[in-house]
Amino acid sequence: MADVVVEQGRSVRAASPRKRTSLHNALRRKSTVAFFLTLPLILLIALLVLYPAFYSAHLAMLNKSMQKFVGLSNFTFLFKRDTFWMVVRQSCIFAITAVFFKALLGFIVAHFVHNLPAKGQRKWRGMLLVPWVIPPAMSTLAWLWLFDPSYSAFNYTLSFFGIGPIPWLGDTFWARFSVILVNVWYGAPFFMIMYLAALKSVPDQLYEAAAIDGANWWQRIWYVTLPMMRNIIAITTLFSLIVTFANFDIVRILTSGGPLDSTHIFATWAFQVGIQSSDIPLGACVSLFMVPILAVAAIFILRDVSKRGNEA
Amino acid sequence: MSRKTLTRRQFVAATAMSSAALITAPYVRGAYAAGKLSIGFWDHWVPGANKASTDLVNEWAAKEKVEVSIDYITSNNKKLELTVAAEAQAKSGHDILQMPTWWPHAYADQLEPVNDIMEPIIKQNGDVNGTVKYLGQAGGKWLAVPATVGSQIKGPCSRIDLMKQHAGIDVQEMYPAGAAPKADNWTMETFLKAAEACQKAGFAFGIGLGETTDSVDTAGAIFQSFGAELVNAKGDVTVKTDAVRQALEFYKKLIAVLPPDAASWDDASNNKWLISGRGALILNPPSAWAVAKRDAPQVAEQCWTHSMPAGPKGRFAPFLPYFWGVWAFGKNKQAAKSLLAHLSQPSSIEKFVAASGGYDLPSFANLTKLKTWAEEGPPKGTLYHYPDPHHSQTMSIAASPAPPKIAQQIYSQATLTKLALRYARGETMEQALAWAEGECEGFMRS
Repeated sequence: MADVVVEQGRSVRAASPRKRTSLHNALRRKSTVAFFLTLPLILLIALLVLYPAFYSAHLAMLNKSMQKFVGLSNFTFLFKRDTFWMVVRQSCIFAITAVFFKALLGFIVAHFVHNLPAKGQRKWRGMLLVPWVIPPAMSTLAWLWLFDPSYSAFNYTLSFFGIGPIPWLGDTFWARFSVILVNVWYGAPFFMIMYLAALKSVPDQLYEAAAIDGANWWQRIWYVTLPMMRNIIAITTLFSLIVTFANFDIVRILTSGGPLDSTHIFATWAFQVGIQSSDIPLGACVSLFMVPILAVAAIFILRDVSKRGNEA
Repeated sequence: MSRKTLTRRQFVAATAMSSAALITAPYVRGAYAAGKLSIGFWDHWVPGANKASTDLVNEWAAKEKVEVSIDYITSNNKKLELTVAAEAQAKSGHDILQMPTWWPHAYADQLEPVNDIMEPIIKQNGDVNGTVKYLGQAGGKWLAVPATVGSQIKGPCSRIDLMKQHAGIDVQEMYPAGAAPKADNWTMETFLKAAEACQKAGFAFGIGLGETTDSVDTAGAIFQSFGAELVNAKGDVTVKTDAVRQALEFYKKLIAVLPPDAASWDDASNNKWLISGRGALILNPPSAWAVAKRDAPQVAEQCWTHSMPAGPKGRFAPFLPYFWGVWAFGKNKQAAKSLLAHLSQPSSIEKFVAASGGYDLPSFANLTKLKTWAEEGPPKGTLYHYPDPHHSQTMSIAASPAPPKIAQQIYSQATLTKLALRYARGETMEQALAWAEGECEGFMRS
């Protein structure tokens, strides 16, 4: 961006620094212009993110009828509840397992797509992104029909091989498996596209040098591809971890947290406690509990990224 | 330019003249002279049933000169409950908002008392049942008006042929159309034997064990018929009692003959179970039968809605009333109350019942024998016993008689179903009871 405005057809007199007012100066600075350009977004974030965040912190410190300030006693109450710790454990199992498999699948599929001839690659990229672009509430409904307790299409197919019926959503193990499966199906394309972009930016010369040194397929991945993709892997993992921890729709639609609360995660349990049981402060508390967990993860991952950035 | 000043005398004279003109001028009543009223109604799932509400509201609005706007809000995925919570929080929204079961108590402080309209309505339509009083009143104050639209009993809907063939029970004889029930033998014991026989024949009873309302309501009625309360009316935890143990033993035997995936059932699963022809009985309002009429007429022709089996402590039917609440922060409370009085007239109630094909139930004692229930079919008379015209059962809601704010937690967190399922899945009685006790203690927060 030009620092100085040049008016066409007129010579712009270079004003002496003494005559310029400080306001005029400030307005002509690049940083000031940038600030004003980003101001609408800053206001939007303040309104839609910061205000609700502080408001939910305020709610979490009220009593059940929201008439009295009770400090942190809602949190101490939660810490004594077995169901809460079960939800913490399940949220960790759900998020870590799902993110791991999303990353693994995304990595493998990205390699396949990267090695496809350039001509057909776009079609494959488009098709593989489909699960990610369908609104999750809609695609999860389709999964619900596939897992349906009475009319499961999967069980129908398995019955031809003498397998099942499997209680996809009625048994703790299978219910957890099902919600993680749907989350992986939905989220893996995001990893795939990010990893594909990273793969394309790895210079071919590095692979050529590795080949000359006699590196095999695995060594090329371990010593060239992975180090070159470390930052993108860290950032996608962090983003996905945040989104998966905060997931709501998949669990809500498939199991509503059942059977016996064994698939509840923070958001679904917060909804059940806050909205369905009309205990909004406790619901706010449950959802806020995600913040420290994710903050710790973010600090570790981002610290590592910036360290490597500095090394580069 | 000359400037004329207004003297004090002139000012007083002008003011007096204008006031006199305003007072003596003929009053012109505009089309919307009585202001505006915004209403949030529950979006009915019976096609065309919303029209009855719209027509009745418009009829009243034309007479009262009020400009009305109606929003139909679905209860799918708790959208209606979310709207109630959001409006209560924002202290702004509709003047009248329809609320399910527990919500009048949850927002009692923000609702306008409606005793002034409830007293004449009860005088006219007969008394309301105990569950409506439990959910709609606090400290002698009516929090909301029981709505006919959406209120329902989740009693048994049996297959006439399958029950006769496999369990040897003639449900039409037990509950004859147009006559009082002859159901002394329709007990929990008979119910269990019938469930076992039908399951053996490949037509298991379709009773869910999930966390949605159908499963919870069934559990509530069964627990109550054994006199089992997790928390009593005073708010004391009463989990470790013989009555609760007895109810759990019964449930364990029942769960053994229910579909193996019943733990994951939602409110649609039992309907599908009946409509597909795979089940001999479900516990549901007649919506499943209504869909069967359209999609599987051969199944619908064999459906008969009747009362619950009796347990050692009586015959309890899960009753879920909806309410129309008037927000205390509403802008046109008088008009709102006038409309609710209009919607509670017997003629209006009859229209609601007819438009919903008999699904909607009034909460008033004198309005349980409307012609819609007697005439609906096939088979004719299938809905005659749905509104319990002979008052043979106690209307109840799961988790009552615990204080409503505690009961709401037990209900919405499906503590009863989970307790039954834990015991049936192998936890010892004491382990399961200890778990439930811990949960209930956690619900005591104020």
